[in-house]
Amino acid sequence: MRHRNAGRTLSRSASHRLALFRNLTRALVEHERITTTVPKAKELRPFVERIITIAKRGVASGDPIKTLHARRLVIARLGPVAKVELLDVKGEPTGKTLLKKIFDDLAIRYADRPGGYTRILKLHKRRLGDAGPTAIIELLKQGEVKAAKRSAAPATTAPTPRPEPKPESAATPPSESPEASASTNSPTGQEAAASEPKSNESQS
Amino acid sequence: MAVPKRRTSRARQGNRRSHHHVTPPQVQYCPQCNEPVLPHGVCPNCGYYQGREAVPVKTEGK
Repeated sequence: MRHRNAGRTLSRSASHRLALFRNLTRALVEHERITTTVPKAKELRPFVERIITIAKRGVASGDPIKTLHARRLVIARLGPVAKVELLDVKGEPTGKTLLKKIFDDLAIRYADRPGGYTRILKLHKRRLGDAGPTAIIELLKQGEVKAAKRSAAPATTAPTPRPEPKPESAATPPSESPEASASTNSPTGQEAAASEPKSNESQS
Repeated sequence: MAVPKRRTSRARQGNRRSHHHVTPPQVQYCPQCNEPVLPHGVCPNCGYYQGREAVPVKTEGK
């Protein structure tokens, strides 16, 4: 049984792992986009997003006491790295601590986003040394929405329209006729486009 | 200690090895540049994924 075995240990003790997540969080918030291994990126995602959600909740309440509470909860998760001053692209200090950026920038930026503040992109490049699979994890920019359906993209392996927006599922040519898959495709696309702004409105 | 009674014949050896083949990696083709890409991966050639997501690609040399 794999009960209570969620998550990866990443070959680290609990304290080592926590330190790793804190360091990666600092790097991610500072640079907005970092390259790491796929398992680390996947483990980091819930850690970072939870912190942003706590900050968001604190800021959205408008209550200074609740905001302070949220700040303390985030500090409890981040530990010493919360007070690290972030550097800009040139390596100059920005005068902003990690905690400040999370509360002043990220909590505002993601105010209308119901979770999912990061994106993981798998890269082809393997790590030198252990050939570990690498990925980019990045913080979404303001107002990013789902990638548009790739209808205009030239079909390569499958000449027929692809049944799914995900390119990975498109290796096998769809068994349906082009008309059938196209007709099933377009309503779902309109539906997704219609439901997108609606869900945003209900959030704000 | 247990030892083989007979030398393995070349036929038997070949039969055993008949399953020792390498499977080619499953690849998709980038809709942007038609280069082979691994499933769920950013295109190493043009840096596209899901029709956008330009990961800056080094053009000079590499």
